[in-house]
Amino acid sequence: MQKPLTLFSPPSPAEHAAFGPLGSRQHLYSSRFVGTEFPEPIEDEPPYYFLITTYISYLILIIFGHVRDFFGKRFMQDSYKHLRERDGYAPLNSDFDNFYIRRLQLRINDCFRRPVTGVPGRFITLLDRESDDFNLSFKLKGTTTETLNMSSYNYLGFAQSEGECADAAEQSIRKYGISFCSPRADCGTSDLHLQVENQVANFVGKEAATIHSMGFVTNATIFPALVGKGCLIISDQLNHSSIRFGARLSGAVIDMFKHNDMSELERLLRERISQGQPRTHRPWRKILVAVEGLYSMEGTLANLPGLVALRKKYKFALYVDEAHSIGAIGPRGRGICDYFGIPPSEVDILMGTFTKSFGANGGYVAGSQALIDKIRVTNAGNIFGETPTPAVLTQISVSLKIINGDLVPGQGEERLQRLAFNSRYLRLGLKRLGFIVYGHDDSPIIPLLLYHPAKIPAFSHEMLKRKIAVVVVGYPATPLISSRARFCVSAAHTKDDLDRLLAACDQAGDVLQLKFSSGVAGGQEAMHDGLMNEKQNEMRARLESGSEVVVTPPRWRLEDVIRCGVADVKQPLY
Amino acid sequence: MNTTYLSTLHGTELPTSALHFIDTVVASFHRIPGSAIVIRYIRSSYQNDPIRSLVELFLFIFAVRYLLAPTYSTKKNKHVHLTEEEIEELVEDWTPEPIATQETDFERVENERRPVVVGPSGPKVKLQNGRTVTNLASYNHYNFANHPELAQKAINTVRTYGVGPCSPPGFYGTQDVHMKSEADIASHVGLPAAIIYAQSFSTISSVIPAFCKRGDVIVADKAVNFPIRKGMQISRSTVRWYEHNDMKDLERVLQRVVKEGRGKPLTRRFIVTEGLFENVGDMVDLPALIELKLKYKFRLLLDETWSYGILGRSGKGVTEHQNVDPVNIDMIIGGLAGALSSGGGFCAGTEEIVEHQRLSAAAYTFSAALPALLATTASETVTLLQEQPGIIQGLRENIRTMWPQLDPRSEWVRCTSAPDNPVMLLVLKEQVVEERKLSILDQENLLQDCVDEALLNGVLITRLKAMPIALGASPRELSKEWQPPPALKVCVTSGLSKKETEKAGITIRHAITTVMKSRKWQRVA
Repeated sequence: MQKPLTLFSPPSPAEHAAFGPLGSRQHLYSSRFVGTEFPEPIEDEPPYYFLITTYISYLILIIFGHVRDFFGKRFMQDSYKHLRERDGYAPLNSDFDNFYIRRLQLRINDCFRRPVTGVPGRFITLLDRESDDFNLSFKLKGTTTETLNMSSYNYLGFAQSEGECADAAEQSIRKYGISFCSPRADCGTSDLHLQVENQVANFVGKEAATIHSMGFVTNATIFPALVGKGCLIISDQLNHSSIRFGARLSGAVIDMFKHNDMSELERLLRERISQGQPRTHRPWRKILVAVEGLYSMEGTLANLPGLVALRKKYKFALYVDEAHSIGAIGPRGRGICDYFGIPPSEVDILMGTFTKSFGANGGYVAGSQALIDKIRVTNAGNIFGETPTPAVLTQISVSLKIINGDLVPGQGEERLQRLAFNSRYLRLGLKRLGFIVYGHDDSPIIPLLLYHPAKIPAFSHEMLKRKIAVVVVGYPATPLISSRARFCVSAAHTKDDLDRLLAACDQAGDVLQLKFSSGVAGGQEAMHDGLMNEKQNEMRARLESGSEVVVTPPRWRLEDVIRCGVADVKQPLY
Repeated sequence: MNTTYLSTLHGTELPTSALHFIDTVVASFHRIPGSAIVIRYIRSSYQNDPIRSLVELFLFIFAVRYLLAPTYSTKKNKHVHLTEEEIEELVEDWTPEPIATQETDFERVENERRPVVVGPSGPKVKLQNGRTVTNLASYNHYNFANHPELAQKAINTVRTYGVGPCSPPGFYGTQDVHMKSEADIASHVGLPAAIIYAQSFSTISSVIPAFCKRGDVIVADKAVNFPIRKGMQISRSTVRWYEHNDMKDLERVLQRVVKEGRGKPLTRRFIVTEGLFENVGDMVDLPALIELKLKYKFRLLLDETWSYGILGRSGKGVTEHQNVDPVNIDMIIGGLAGALSSGGGFCAGTEEIVEHQRLSAAAYTFSAALPALLATTASETVTLLQEQPGIIQGLRENIRTMWPQLDPRSEWVRCTSAPDNPVMLLVLKEQVVEERKLSILDQENLLQDCVDEALLNGVLITRLKAMPIALGASPRELSKEWQPPPALKVCVTSGLSKKETEKAGITIRHAITTVMKSRKWQRVA
């Protein structure tokens, strides 16, 4: 194991740190849905040995935690002060709820909330820190490390301090000042807001749109403005916390269906529509089905064709949260409708955020003119929430213009195609190296499964050693056993960056035993030209019929992965 | 052998036919496999006590009957069984209401009359119709929004950090500028730590459910603002209300909560109120509140969204204004989007309180961080307020100039705001409402006319917006909930000179008078 660490020194300073140059015209691809039926992504599973040891690991962690608590509470009462009644006040956090944070998360706290500085572009500069009290607190060391940024939702690479967007943002601050200091309903509506709203509506293909200064609030306030008592919200099990927040505020009945499972959704719809409201059996006033376009922890896309077919039959209103998919998916970057080639009129409400692909901040809701007119006056976020600031609005406006090709023609298209290429390239590479990754092929979010809790910090550290910043997540953000690392691919990355990441993953994967893939989800040895596609179909058919599949676990050599990657990425399926 | 047994058992009283019958029964019984066991069991259980056997027989019959009884659920099942065909029919039959209901007339007016500013927001703004008017509608109290130095610093930030941070704070979204702003704000407020949220409006709605859980008790002022209400709703805690700013009533409620809690496990108890009330404009009586809080052992969440940066010598808020040590308050929530001309909100408290929110406050954990340029602006404006107390003095003088133009001099409205509050809320005097029999909607319409009239005369003001009514809420539920009184909102700014402020005040007063005397509203009962 005397391989060198793939350390690198970024071509500093600024120039390419935020946005890397395109290496070759070959490194482009246009993401769009091909085929007729939307495939469920196959979820690969590691050998039982790893599953069992994962459970055992948690068991050990929990037992250790309780043992430490048992002695700690007796001999180190001071450090448990906050969990006990103090002087007539109940403790602020319950001992039970706090156990996870205290005994599990604290151990790996150094992998989270790493402070950064500068532009979160292709590279990100971390402020080095250390802890001398076992992660309870951190001290900045005063030095920085420039790392490859696989963590920010900077899909189209608009997080830049140079270039058209930043220039325009500067002009905007000079012209409009810093803030409008008022909610939309009072006097926080400016010509800039109206312009951005129009642009957004045109971009997503709806009649009108409203914008908010925070994506979370967009979801949290829209549901009470759409539905209320006597209505039903059916929400995907893995929907974002903000959707749950908004749904709970609305006072409507909430149901959940298994992630992306159309047959369960249909069963639920039939059941709920035929039974009516609970207790009274009155018919529902409205039914709203809420899904996300692209799921940020799974990398899966919503089954829009399935949803649209159900919507036709069951007449519910469809709400799609495109927080991650807008800008990141589809040949023109217009989100999931664009990707599937489905007209946006088939979706009632399109919501999205500007935080991700546009490098700005805030969110929008787009729908019919009547709907938007109504929610302008009934949505609390419009009435009380502060408006987006001029710099943010300009960033949105200019990035939209670039994507559309109205400004610097060609650049927007290049960004979209680079993102699509990079997403597929990295995913294919990881699969071929033998990792289990989740999600759909065109998703720029690529979760790499780690399973063992101890591998969460280990993977993060291995990557940091190689100057790569990654996000690792474990329980409770994911199911207990499927801890994962999450890569967010950006148009700002070059193929070399991704090769560097693949090399790092290859090494870390060997050290940490992460190459579990059985090959059912792809990444197998390539057959000669033209046959790959058929083989994949054949395998899928076998899987679905439940018969034995003969697959060879993919364990490609890094050199081969890199050699074949560019060409193979453009195959329909792999 | 059997016969001998039977005859010894029953004697000779029975007729032979009966004996014969018994014999055959017994004989056939013996032929059943396992019968010997049964006989042995009965014999041993009999033990010369026939009652015992009877009881056992009864139990046996009961058990058999119980097992054979049809099953039924103890829960009342409301599920109606339907065939596939019936379901299909019901599905076809069901017509949902349109997702967007028709806007009401009042809403239409609101949509049409919403002022659209062209160009920068400031003390004078250009509207879409080309007119330049005096702006008394925005929270730009110190005119920091167009401060050239602040703008230059914001531009510098954009040139180093870009615009958006593209990440939630938990995953590489915490930038050094955020940490600096947090430290600056904490030291300004006078508490050990602070946490910054990306939007002021969402801050308290997330802070409350991070600490208050089901079973906890929240005692809240009746007039608290909309985001506080939503936070309490999400928290699922038990909410008790006290009359607006009534410390006697608060004490009564606290006593009751304490009394009800006796003998039960101790739960968290909170008092939630505002520094300057968004809906009424008046100020909380902090010393009295803290006395009560300490006496009854409640924690205090103080929403200073409208008082932070406004009250006190250096803008620290109510604590500084009323000379209260902020350490007595468990959490201070403030906004950076109003007077500070930045964006976002914060919650200040002890380290423990702040760290807890970093993991469990939804709007912090699940949202992207505040743009860097707004974080630096917040740091700058907080410093400005501390270094140049003259800025706040300038605003106060303008408030003092505006106030007499409206409150004692207008015969139609009175101001409910505290004297130092730059957001002056003007409600119609009770006798006016009574004389003219104005419903809430009438008042809203009337005040909207006042806003329009003032705008015609070159002064932009606005109305206090009512809280959105939950869809499908019945009138019965609505009447239970406190609603803010219809009011005009005049936001004083130090960006205007004293003379301009005075002139604007006169314009507003005259506008109100014109509307009140117009034929439309001249309907005296």
